[in-house]
Amino acid sequence: MKPFDRVVSKVVPLRADNVDTDQIIPAKYLTTVSKKGLGKGCFHALRYQEDGTDDPSCPLNQPVYQGASILISGSNFGSGSSREHAVWALTDYGFRAVIASSFADIFYNNSLKNGLLPVKLAPGQVEELMQLAQSKPESKIQIDLEKQTVVSPEGREYGFSIDSFRKSCLLQGLDDLGYLLQMIPVVEKYEERVAAGI
Amino acid sequence: MSKRTMLDKIWDAHVVEQAEGKPSVLYIDTHLIHEVTSPQAFAVLRERGLKVRRADRTFATMDHAIPTRKLAFDLWPTEAAVQVQTLRKNCEDFGVTLFDLQGEDQGIVHVVGPEQGITQPGATVVCGDSHTSTHGAFGALAFGVGTSEVSHVLATQCLMQEKPKCFAVNVEGRLGPGVTAKDLILAVIAHIGTGGGAGHVFEFRGEAFRSLDMAGRMTVCNMSIEGGARAGMIAPDETTFEYLKGRPYAPQGEAWDRAVFRWRELPTDEGAVFDREIHLKASDIAPMVTYGTNPGQAIPVNGDIPDPESMSSEEEKRATLQALDYMALRPGSKIAGQQVDIVFIGSCTNGRLEDLRAAAQVVRGKKVRDNVRALVVPGSKHVMKAAELEGLDRIFQESGFEWRNAGCSMCLAMNDDKAESGKYVASTSNRNFRGRQGPGARTMLMSPSMAAAAAVHGEVVDVRQL
Repeated sequence: MKPFDRVVSKVVPLRADNVDTDQIIPAKYLTTVSKKGLGKGCFHALRYQEDGTDDPSCPLNQPVYQGASILISGSNFGSGSSREHAVWALTDYGFRAVIASSFADIFYNNSLKNGLLPVKLAPGQVEELMQLAQSKPESKIQIDLEKQTVVSPEGREYGFSIDSFRKSCLLQGLDDLGYLLQMIPVVEKYEERVAAGI
Repeated sequence: MSKRTMLDKIWDAHVVEQAEGKPSVLYIDTHLIHEVTSPQAFAVLRERGLKVRRADRTFATMDHAIPTRKLAFDLWPTEAAVQVQTLRKNCEDFGVTLFDLQGEDQGIVHVVGPEQGITQPGATVVCGDSHTSTHGAFGALAFGVGTSEVSHVLATQCLMQEKPKCFAVNVEGRLGPGVTAKDLILAVIAHIGTGGGAGHVFEFRGEAFRSLDMAGRMTVCNMSIEGGARAGMIAPDETTFEYLKGRPYAPQGEAWDRAVFRWRELPTDEGAVFDREIHLKASDIAPMVTYGTNPGQAIPVNGDIPDPESMSSEEEKRATLQALDYMALRPGSKIAGQQVDIVFIGSCTNGRLEDLRAAAQVVRGKKVRDNVRALVVPGSKHVMKAAELEGLDRIFQESGFEWRNAGCSMCLAMNDDKAESGKYVASTSNRNFRGRQGPGARTMLMSPSMAAAAAVHGEVVDVRQL
């Protein structure tokens, strides 16, 4: 996993609640056996019109937002399907962080396991940053994981919370598997206890 | 001793290690896998030279990407065929039991697990699929995980998890005639909102749930995730034990008797405290239909489509406007009478024998309306065979329904079963998201009998008035 410490970037505004993982990556892209290349299908229905051409009204297609690595959206972001492909699509597209007023549980977990930082802020704070991203698309904000802050160009600071274990994993780029593999002797003892009915 | 919820009891029994400042290491009893969310997890095992630690606790099936047309192998997009071949090879190389497409036990993962008796009370069950919540109907703690977590369970049989909170959903009384488990759960989700259960596990309590058969309980728990909760559960009882007894993977003989004693200790202690609680009355619930683009946007069939202007918050107003715009539905109009172009009966929510019986009862001797395309996709090969033995396939086909092989099909439009843009689909599945059943498709979720009635009438009708 790619470590995450800090990102400074423009912000793509996606003004909607309940952005589900079917919207992030439609099922037709899930027939892959790889994690790579899913960026092409990211937000497919939002980015393309029915004839396959770019939808100019979609912020993702607007030149001013090109190269942005932060996405901002409303509540319950990433709801629905557990497909980790949604996170792989976002990271392959170039996103490093998503700011939202709340996240769906499975999406939140999947993000943390792929170095995509989910930043939960209060609805009013999300609205301020959303308006900034819409009215001044060139504005860059900074997300600092160590300090747990989002900083606007004017220097306004928004703190966010994150579980300390998850934070250290992200900072170091560590996944759970290494830790779990170290636990195998403990797991074996647990299995023996259960088998013995203790 | 302190009073514990069913969640507390199952959780406590599965914590392998609880280190200071770290999530719990939780033991997973049963791991179900399918072709779409497992290949990248097996790839991790191969890269790191790891084995499937407990192949005996791992079961695979093929459901999401497969075609369901009879003899449709020529219609396979190459990628999906590769995915199925990859699962076959992974199961062979790692010694995992596979309910193959060619065999008799294949079906949707959340239909197969219970049907085989793999899903058992008190167990922890995971699968790389959000509708794993289905298995909570047996009093199991069952939740969907991402592919990274699939690799963790394959390699170690454990996950690192924070304990979720417990949300008691109490519904007193029995459902009225024509009102089903699907309507019950849609009403609950409409009440709390599609993200309302985030961070929680639902415990469904009260007579409305107790009086359901296992198929109905599975429908309810299946849609827990649509209310934002990763898991939902119903305490095991005689209905649960009767369903499980004698199934291939259920304990047998003396082991069965011992298991039942253990399972009887699972229900929440009287006086245990929940983190959140709601109370609804079954008699207030009517057949439900969704009008929007998330499952919380549901109304009684005799209700009016909401007016965004009447919404209390700007967010709700915007969400409703966006949803009605996508659905091309008019605020204030009735949902009953809304035209239907496609009817889909199936999925892990409503693809069981009991669901097909309910639908067949409505269509028997009647014809699917002209210009309506209707399909029935059984949840598993066993459901299909059992339905055929009862003659349900003939009832459906004589009415003008297509009778398919088992799979996920038009629930998520991963195979060639897609709804065309702009078409209205009366669907017994679980998600009415934008484009879920095909780009531009407009989904209205409802019960199997309501969907069957919509097929016959070509529009949404109140099944109670037939």
